[in-house]
Amino acid sequence: MKSIEELKAIKARMQAEINTRDAVGNADTRIVVGMATCGIAAGARPVLNTFLEEIQNKRLQGVKVTQAGCLGMCKLEPMVEVYVPGKEKVTYVKVNSDIAKKIVADHIVNGKTISEYVITNS
Amino acid sequence: MRELSLNILDIAENSITAGATIIDISLTLKGNMLEISIKDNGCGMSEEFLAKVTDPFTTSRTTRKVGVGIPFFKMAAEMTGGSFDIQSKKGEGTKTTAVFDITGVDFVPMGDIGETMGALIMHAPLVSFFLKVDIRGEIYEFDTMEIKDVLGDDVPIDSIEVISFIKNTIKENFDKVNGGRII
Repeated sequence: MKSIEELKAIKARMQAEINTRDAVGNADTRIVVGMATCGIAAGARPVLNTFLEEIQNKRLQGVKVTQAGCLGMCKLEPMVEVYVPGKEKVTYVKVNSDIAKKIVADHIVNGKTISEYVITNS
Repeated sequence: MRELSLNILDIAENSITAGATIIDISLTLKGNMLEISIKDNGCGMSEEFLAKVTDPFTTSRTTRKVGVGIPFFKMAAEMTGGSFDIQSKKGEGTKTTAVFDITGVDFVPMGDIGETMGALIMHAPLVSFFLKVDIRGEIYEFDTMEIKDVLGDDVPIDSIEVISFIKNTIKENFDKVNGGRII
């Protein structure tokens, strides 16, 4: 393993952060990315990656990124569901890295749904 | 799929769904032939299901009757002049092997195997993942057990900082053994 030292430094930093967070005790916001064949082929992996990078860059706490299988509408992939505690689920469709950045900035940080990328019934 | 690493992600997701606790991924380049194998100890398939698993109209999913993941991977290999094989035993696991001729005009490059491993580990943090890359004798091995040994019990392997570290470490080391972007 190349940089065990680097990993140890991450561990030390994380342990400190975990302790602070336990004290706050907020419920988690969840971002769910569809990662079945349809999602992967449509570009879900870079989208997942962008979410991780943005959360790390903005040092956001209490935000979890998880993966799901096919969300049921393959032609609208990559699809992303956002669960904010106490609010209704929002589903974004045809998400790319730029939209993912916007979701983090507008929806996760500022609490504003970006309606142009949200799925509607029509 | 625009990168072979995306096919690997897709096939290994099947292993996760199959309840595997160990997933072993290997990339071996000998001469111009690249062998990719994904081996798991998941629930495996019945002989009957296995016989038709490369048919796109076979799937384990219940929402719809089409499954294109395995057919895609098979097609990607065969288009280069390579081959495809899948072995499975109910209750024991599955091994999927695809061989590619990297000089074939339809050979799709590997792309970011670090991102694929990061996504997999994040999705299934309890699974032990093992990656072995052998590019004409240049070897790199990655094992989630080694990461977990360093992290201990307090810091989960699927925390964002750790995943990002894993992604970058694998990418760096993969690029090193894959000098000059052979695959």
